[in-house]
Amino acid sequence: MSTLELVGLTKHFSGAKQSAETVAVNDINLSVGDGEFLCILGPSGCGKSTTLRMIGGFEEPTSGDVLIDGASVVDMPPNRRPTAMVFQKYTLWPHMRVYDNIAFGLRLRHQDKAQIDKEVRDSLALVGLTGYDRRYPAQLSGGEQQRVALARALVLQPKMLLLDEPFSNLDALLRVRLREELYAIQRRIKITAIFVTHDQEEALSLADRIAVMNAGQLEQLDKPSQIYAYPRTLFVADFIGVMNIFPVQRQGDLLHIGQYALKAPEGLNGESGLSVAVRPEDFTFSATDGAWQGVIDQTIDLGHYRKVLVIVPGLFGDETAALAHRVKVYMPKSVQARAGDRIALTPSRYLVYSDTAVTRTSSATRTSSATPNAQPIEVRNQAVSGEDDR
Amino acid sequence: MAVVSHSPSMPVKSSVFKALTKTVRREGLSVVLIVALFTIIIGPMLTVVLWAFADVWRYPSLVPTQWGTSFWAETLARADLAMAFPLSVGLAVTVTLLSAVICLPASYAFARMNFPGRQGLLLSFLATNAFPRFGLYVSIAVVFYRLNLIGTIPGVILIQIVNTLLLMIWIPTSAFQGVDRSLEEAALDVGASRVRVFLQVTLPLVLPSLSAAVLLTFVSTFYEAQGALIVGLPNVTTMAVLMYSIINSQIIVQYGAIISFILWLPSLILLTFAQRFVRGNAISAGFGV
Repeated sequence: MSTLELVGLTKHFSGAKQSAETVAVNDINLSVGDGEFLCILGPSGCGKSTTLRMIGGFEEPTSGDVLIDGASVVDMPPNRRPTAMVFQKYTLWPHMRVYDNIAFGLRLRHQDKAQIDKEVRDSLALVGLTGYDRRYPAQLSGGEQQRVALARALVLQPKMLLLDEPFSNLDALLRVRLREELYAIQRRIKITAIFVTHDQEEALSLADRIAVMNAGQLEQLDKPSQIYAYPRTLFVADFIGVMNIFPVQRQGDLLHIGQYALKAPEGLNGESGLSVAVRPEDFTFSATDGAWQGVIDQTIDLGHYRKVLVIVPGLFGDETAALAHRVKVYMPKSVQARAGDRIALTPSRYLVYSDTAVTRTSSATRTSSATPNAQPIEVRNQAVSGEDDR
Repeated sequence: MAVVSHSPSMPVKSSVFKALTKTVRREGLSVVLIVALFTIIIGPMLTVVLWAFADVWRYPSLVPTQWGTSFWAETLARADLAMAFPLSVGLAVTVTLLSAVICLPASYAFARMNFPGRQGLLLSFLATNAFPRFGLYVSIAVVFYRLNLIGTIPGVILIQIVNTLLLMIWIPTSAFQGVDRSLEEAALDVGASRVRVFLQVTLPLVLPSLSAAVLLTFVSTFYEAQGALIVGLPNVTTMAVLMYSIINSQIIVQYGAIISFILWLPSLILLTFAQRFVRGNAISAGFGV
């Protein structure tokens, strides 16, 4: 049971030429409490795996420090660190039986045979694979292999469990099941866990706190509910969940979006480069009575609710732009809505960003082009929520 | 009327014929291929075996006219053969071991390290196989002559090692490349030292391919004749060289057949032994196929 601290953790990778150096991880500072489950979430190439590999000892930081229980482990090779890693690929040794895979680390610690036997069986029982000890990895399914890998990591009673996208090679149903199992195991043995993923659903359902990374930077570190309700940067707003983002022009205490306007929140600084973000569930709607007049272009049935894409020409000035930036709205299925219906939308809750580094071109484009220095972490208080004038 | 009485048997006949042509059409190609493969692989070997146990075999008989082992006693009694066999085995063992000592660490370096000229160097091992061997040997022999290596065992060992480089570098390099790094990282993660990771994870995983490479090297060295002939003569006479000279000087087919038969023995024993741990796909896997 242990704590983790990352202090100014930075990793540069040198390219083919001396000048071509890429910054994979840039000055990450965070601390993880005893028994906490932290998810590092971000798009591919954001530096999340590199961060994890620096904690595990597989990459050497260019600068900064990794502290476990307050002691620096940065000079230790992976085999001396009190961490255990579960990799994305099923890294069971194919020439060893399940038993020997799990016992490998115990034997290195010169435990006696009876003790090893007991611990291997206990750890197999923990991951629900009792009786699988005589099998070879090739005789197991992907999910079973990853469970053995988890048992192999846990049997050594590490201070910290590191997981590098462990379920991303599994099919969707199995991924959810293993996620739930992992959650239960982690709560039961109360181990500190760092879980890297690009799957926000995975992060939202597992983590005590989520660290959202983008382009080597830590964008936000918060509880899942906070991350969703108050994304600190426009990147997080766009990356987590579904978000409607509109560039706005400020005029006094009004924020103009095309021919419509929203009230600027109190204490908003800055005149230009502002954006407004609205969650699809944060609209009130009626047939005619609303701020934004539009036409339903498409309805998508998502099981327990309906996603509706609305063309609002007034927001963008012309029809083509409005088609490219359809407003996403979630509706209960009790509400009648068909393509072609007229609809009037009123944002009931929105966030205003003075964040200019992340620009959105279309709803399908995920912006990961932000350069590390264009987006300082100090934008923390510029996300302000406000109510509109209704 | 007669025509009508025949008609009931016609459908039966044609259905049997249809079924037959169907089978041949479906399986025909594979049957032909198997027979062809068998003829190509077993055919020549069968001829050698037949000749080795033929006392008299005259045209146009398909099998030896008189079976027997009289040539065996005669061949085995030859002093040059008694000298050549241990020499060949010793040479093949030495060349294989030396080649392994040189090539296996090198192939690990090729697989795991990135150094300037890596790709070019790896391709350069093809060079010895890209040119006609004989020309290469003759020019090497000129150099060896100046170094007083002609007709010496070290000279033959050197020239035979050149032959083994391609196999002993390429197969193990691919094998080492085929070992997933994260398998090694996982072992490191649970506390194994780098040496232990190599011995207990990497090595067991590449062993089938390494064994295949060593086996092929041994066998091909044992049969190698051109290099040994040019550099080894007149003092070093290996089995393969001896066979050349026997066949060239006396046209008695049985001598060649019996020596061929003896040449098979080591590889036959090795192959049988190796089958237990060299998987069938180890060689192709080694080439990254």
